[in-house]
Amino acid sequence: MGRYVARRLLQAIPLLLIISVILFVLMQNIGDPLATMGGRRPTRSADRERLRRQLGLDKPVLVQYVYWLIGNDWTKVDMDGDGVAETPGVRKGVLRGDFGSSLKKREAATALIGERLPNTLILMGAYELVVILGAVAVGMYSAVRQYSLFDHVMTAVSFILYSMPIFFIALLSMYIFGVNFKRWGLPYFPTVGMFEPAAGKTVPQVAWHMVLPVASLALISLAGYSRFMRSSMLEVLSQDYVRTAKSKGLERRYVLFVHALKNAALPIVTIVGLDLPTLLGGAIVTERIFGWPGMGRLFFDSVSDVDTPVVMAIMMMVSVAVILFQVLTDIAYAWLDPRIRFD
Amino acid sequence: MATIRETAAAVPQFKVDELEGPPLTLRQLTWRRFRRHKMAMFGTVMLALLFVYSFGGALVFSEADANAVETAARLQPPSREHPFGTDTIGRDVLARTIYGGQISLIIGLTAMLVELVIGVLVGAAAGFYGGKLDAMLMRFTEAAFVIPQIFLLIVMSKFFGSSMPNISVLGRNFSGSVVVVILIIGVTSWMYLARIVRAEFISLKEREFVLAARATGTPARQIIFGHILPNSIAPIIVSATLAVAAAILAESYISFLGMGVQPPTATWGNMLEGAMNYIEEAWWFWFFPGVLIVLTVLSINFLGDGLRDALDPRSRAV
Amino acid sequence: MDRPTLLEVNDLKTRFHTAEGTIYAVNGISYILKEGETLAVVGESGCGKSVSVQSLLGLIPIPPGEIASGSAVYQDRDLLKMAEPELEKVRGKEIAMIFQDPMTSLNPVLTIGKQITESLEKHMKMNHDEAVRRAVELLEWVGLPDPARRLGDYPHQFSGGMRQRVMIAMALACGPTILIADEPTTALDVTIQAQIVELVKRLRQEVGMAMIWITHDLGVVAGLADRVIVMYAGFIVEEADVESLYEDPRHPYTLALLAALPRVDRRRHQRLMSIPGAPPNLLVAPHGCPFAPRCERVIERCQAENPSLEAVAPRHRIACWVDVQTGGPR
Repeated sequence: MGRYVARRLLQAIPLLLIISVILFVLMQNIGDPLATMGGRRPTRSADRERLRRQLGLDKPVLVQYVYWLIGNDWTKVDMDGDGVAETPGVRKGVLRGDFGSSLKKREAATALIGERLPNTLILMGAYELVVILGAVAVGMYSAVRQYSLFDHVMTAVSFILYSMPIFFIALLSMYIFGVNFKRWGLPYFPTVGMFEPAAGKTVPQVAWHMVLPVASLALISLAGYSRFMRSSMLEVLSQDYVRTAKSKGLERRYVLFVHALKNAALPIVTIVGLDLPTLLGGAIVTERIFGWPGMGRLFFDSVSDVDTPVVMAIMMMVSVAVILFQVLTDIAYAWLDPRIRFD
Repeated sequence: MATIRETAAAVPQFKVDELEGPPLTLRQLTWRRFRRHKMAMFGTVMLALLFVYSFGGALVFSEADANAVETAARLQPPSREHPFGTDTIGRDVLARTIYGGQISLIIGLTAMLVELVIGVLVGAAAGFYGGKLDAMLMRFTEAAFVIPQIFLLIVMSKFFGSSMPNISVLGRNFSGSVVVVILIIGVTSWMYLARIVRAEFISLKEREFVLAARATGTPARQIIFGHILPNSIAPIIVSATLAVAAAILAESYISFLGMGVQPPTATWGNMLEGAMNYIEEAWWFWFFPGVLIVLTVLSINFLGDGLRDALDPRSRAV
Repeated sequence: MDRPTLLEVNDLKTRFHTAEGTIYAVNGISYILKEGETLAVVGESGCGKSVSVQSLLGLIPIPPGEIASGSAVYQDRDLLKMAEPELEKVRGKEIAMIFQDPMTSLNPVLTIGKQITESLEKHMKMNHDEAVRRAVELLEWVGLPDPARRLGDYPHQFSGGMRQRVMIAMALACGPTILIADEPTTALDVTIQAQIVELVKRLRQEVGMAMIWITHDLGVVAGLADRVIVMYAGFIVEEADVESLYEDPRHPYTLALLAALPRVDRRRHQRLMSIPGAPPNLLVAPHGCPFAPRCERVIERCQAENPSLEAVAPRHRIACWVDVQTGGPR
């Protein structure tokens, strides 16, 4: 199995290179970062030239890409505009973990991301938990009670939720549980930010603030996955081995949870695993609505500011995450299903 | 031992309704199955109503009505004068949903056409020719697939967003961003379709009717478009239908973020921009366009589900 | 020869309500199983043999399925009227079942060890270690090599014949008085088939359990059964001791089945016999003798009335209006 993992990871490398090229080319044309850097006052052209040199933006695209990838501390850069390269570069390049500095904040891109990433991860973790438990529970119950009222209602609700854009659910839940609950004097959920500034970043505060954003994100996925779980469960329940288990006199609940569930939940692993990294994207809208200080917001703000290094960094990291999760999911699936063996 | 001789007695027939009367053509069978699917019929009807609303509504409200700014009447709740209320600068929400609907629906359909063309071409080429071309195309497809669509949409709309001038069609003015949005959605969504088409081609390529066509010297293009493609039309139709819904959602997402279609052209998505800032004061200007989006996507999903069941008799409805 | 009666099935009728109509799968069958006796149920696919035994243990899914009438009395209790918790105590422990396809009948994600120990832990109240030890004994008993190590293996790691041995071990784990075998050798190739039949004969000799053996293969029946029931379209058409059936078959269907068996001692170029016509349409409520459309000896009465089982010889009953030896009505 180790060989399989190594092979998959090796295969991922050319893929990532292609992605990095696509992204880099894309970013070259996104706009002139220098235009927005000076704030209100337009930058003087001499300053602009200096900045351009400092940031290496005066070099041809291919050279920029190479510097981005492997840094320029092994060569000299022309800093004073006399056409002679004399100062050694300071960048280490992406392959060594240096994604450059934010054009706006002059901090390392990775540092900025590092600040925001945990906040998004918290959302992601809670979301994943809710979706897995919820989908399995609802799907299983719907399958066992096929064609009951619960089943029909859940199918209808699932279809509707599945058709909703995230921002609609978010706004709706914000309106009902945030605004109206408050108006009606009920305990209500906060609609902005990660914690009350006055109370500080404590666990109960974060948990409280997390409810609406996680619920909005989770409901849509729950809708899709619970239906999937339902059909998976129905198929498993009609299998011969479930009939054998029944014929041995094992209890219904035991057959359901030990014999059926394990088989029905297998495909869910794949889907859930592949869904995780795209969550980083879906969070963009949710974080914006709820003012959650996570990576999604950072991405959006960086694009608005044309902060190229940060944007590139985030997109590369997400791509790496997607591929990594593909491999992890394969491994998890193989670990769970004894029939799969790697040659 | 007794000899066995043929008995003349009639053997009882199975009664299956399709065997009664003259045999039905494939198209008739498909339509029958589709008709039985209640949700699909509901979806079709709903969709038709939404089209009537958006395009027929233009007969009731003029575009000027939709764009009329009246800051004194901003954020008015629904009333007789403004049945859906007014937005942050006093525009009538009802009229805007009508015109916004036109744009949203058009974007959905045209973006789907873009991704259909790209996806089918890439998938067909990869599946039919195989070998190095296939490997190259698939590598590229996978790379594009790995980057989540919304990231690409945001970045691309930032870059390309202002590059198109306003266009005039049929005496009306549209922001150039509409075309941009159509293109970027199309360009970031074709990968899924390409995979499906490629899989179909790979499996159909070795069938006898293709080999026969090849043996008689049929040119490749004819084989691809005249023989294989028509046989793989079912999954393509289903995917294309669902792609419209996905495109409408994608447009609404980036317009909501303020990066999609630019004012004054309205879409259901950009009508909700910044709605969370007014969450306490005005629910109507995000609610109505939002509901319209949900209804549209829902109907398309029902329709797609029905098509899937109708076109593939082996699939079981969930 | 007068052993006590273990199971008495009376007028069992099972139906399925589907979108196309009602399927009349089992239409009133009755039989008796005595202690230690092996009863073979023979018939073509779709004749209701599997459905009838699955009905006994409540394994028919009840929304489309329905047990319309009948009783199945085991140890003074009617299995068909038992509530689920009571039935769970009978299944596996008193009456066990093995199925046709051991690949799909074993859970692919659980080890075979687990699939054996779970019954032991539930019915025999053993703790885990005891159950494991007993499981090893059982696997050895059914002839599985290296049983201790193979407890941790999964079904896909065994061959077809070995899987069926595992199923047998699983079924006999709690010492049931009745083993129901639903076409256990149909999915195996002939040499393995013979091995399994030999195994079952040996086990039967050691334990003495009664068996209901379902098959469409008359060859297997000859070597294994004490009594035979022949089924057609959900009815029993002939019932006899095994020797009587082979030496003196009395129902036209049985005759046809036996005639269809290819035999080594016949003239080489004689045509293989087959039964003309098609299997019966179970969507139609039974009227008249179900075999009439395909029967060689059909007379008018056959189309109008369905014959019931009547004795033609000691312990030998048939449901037919015709005497096969004379060709005329009985």
